[in-house]
Amino acid sequence: MQVSREELLHIAKLSNLKINDEEIDNYRLNLEEILNFADIVKNANVDELDETIGANDNFNVFREDVLKEFEDREALLANAPERERDMFKVPKVIQ
Amino acid sequence: MEITELTVHELQEKLKSKELTVSEITRAYVDRINEKESDVNAFITLLTDEAIEKSKEIEEKINNGEINSELAGIPIGIKDNICTKGIKTTCASKMLENFVSPYDATVMNKINSEGMINLGKLNMDEFAMGSSTEHSAIAKTRNPWNLNTVPGGSSGGSAAAVAANMVPWALGSDTGGSIRQPASLCGVVGLKPTYGLVSRYGLVAFASSLDQIGPITKDVKDSAILLNLLVGHDEKDTTSLDIPKQDYVASLKNDVKGLKIGVPKEFFAEGLNEEVRKSLEKAIEKYKELGAEVEEFSLDIAKYSLAAYYIIACAEASSNLGRFDGIRYGYRTPNYETLEDIFVNSRSEGFGAEVKRRIILGTYVLSSGYYDAYYKKAQQVRTLVKKEFNKAFEKYDVILTPTSPIVAFEAGTKSNNPLEMYLADICTVSVNVAGLPGISIPCGVNSEGMPIGMQLIGKRFEEGKILNAAYTFEQAVKFRKNFKPNFKK
Repeated sequence: MQVSREELLHIAKLSNLKINDEEIDNYRLNLEEILNFADIVKNANVDELDETIGANDNFNVFREDVLKEFEDREALLANAPERERDMFKVPKVIQ
Repeated sequence: MEITELTVHELQEKLKSKELTVSEITRAYVDRINEKESDVNAFITLLTDEAIEKSKEIEEKINNGEINSELAGIPIGIKDNICTKGIKTTCASKMLENFVSPYDATVMNKINSEGMINLGKLNMDEFAMGSSTEHSAIAKTRNPWNLNTVPGGSSGGSAAAVAANMVPWALGSDTGGSIRQPASLCGVVGLKPTYGLVSRYGLVAFASSLDQIGPITKDVKDSAILLNLLVGHDEKDTTSLDIPKQDYVASLKNDVKGLKIGVPKEFFAEGLNEEVRKSLEKAIEKYKELGAEVEEFSLDIAKYSLAAYYIIACAEASSNLGRFDGIRYGYRTPNYETLEDIFVNSRSEGFGAEVKRRIILGTYVLSSGYYDAYYKKAQQVRTLVKKEFNKAFEKYDVILTPTSPIVAFEAGTKSNNPLEMYLADICTVSVNVAGLPGISIPCGVNSEGMPIGMQLIGKRFEEGKILNAAYTFEQAVKFRKNFKPNFKK
């Protein structure tokens, strides 16, 4: 499996990651090597098999949508890199 | 015998007979940490002062009859991806270096309500991604059996701290072997429970369909004691199952007569170190002596599992780690003008190379054009692995394999080759892929005195069977009595 520089940059963009010029080849070659190994799955005889979504068989566990107040608002907000009063602060989005 | 050499069940006896007090035990551990931590570097956050305060408080409560738990006053160490209210939970990442959890993980609620004492948060590979703890952005943990070697990973701090007697036991988490492999490399006992047995609420998510929290302990009985506490349904984790509780300590019968043990020959194939193979063969002979029926069979899933594991785990990680955006918590870049700059620069500066590598791989296998070839195939392989294990468990009670194909390796020798590091997980990942329980116990040492681990795999929810098989072997071989880490440099 060959991965081009353009392809790697596209994937990085989808991941919200910036890869420096000098790092690109390193990540690209790692990805190629790992994908070459992962290609084994293509040889597995699994055409008849369903996909396993989780280790358990119980999907879609439902409950009532009950509102619960978190007891410590301040502890939640205290981790914000930037805040104003009880709000998370971000740069202006709409000019 | 030194207090810190005792197992938890031995500590409990000495507390009961009033030979030791809670504050004496905590003091002994704090002294031991002060003596050994500079060599081992197992901790990210030390809570030794808090622990001494807490031990006095617990002692008073015990004396006043306010607590009567048998675990009251027993110290513990916690892997730093398990949320602890008011205490930093860093995941060994620059991204969460200053993160203070606003709530406790469900397992921490259980530990705290018993009156146990947290000695500190333990080092790990960043976001639990790695097999040597070298991917920690915060500390370099070393293996107490040889300080030039790694402790394994990702729960390397937990395993090294238990091996060095700096904590009597610890919590780890296991996504592809992260409890069992470091336990093996550090000569201690590590148990990954069945998926769904222990609540994951408050465990920082890596790969949600594979992650489980479990105990790392000095011996098998302690593993059963801690597992008894950790299990149970939690409405905050819908994948935790509501099933009747078992008493895992009661399952330790010290008897394996008639137990059917299957040995999959593919797990003993190329890549297995010769000394590890010999040690495992000796263990198999010991089981036969003890009356177990051991048989070799074919379970050709190890390589498929490993490939499927890295596809699925990275895919889930790429989604789970999307939440780190520099807004609500975690690292925020100082270099930004727009909102998008915040996302991209915070993530690019906050995550280490291995985490980025896995996010990229995960995004790749989920991206259009590759989804069917990789992700879908991997999910089908997962079904195949489950089926093959089910077939094996029709014949066998327990499956025996090496935990790791190699003993602890020298620091720096694999960290530049991601694929080689991934291959270290070849024996452990299939257990997570199928959601099964697995335990690693020490079975011997190599010619350089480095510990070798044996893995026992059970059917879903049959922790009792693998614990008993491990216990019976341990009682016969007495590894802890014969071998101790010597902190050689």
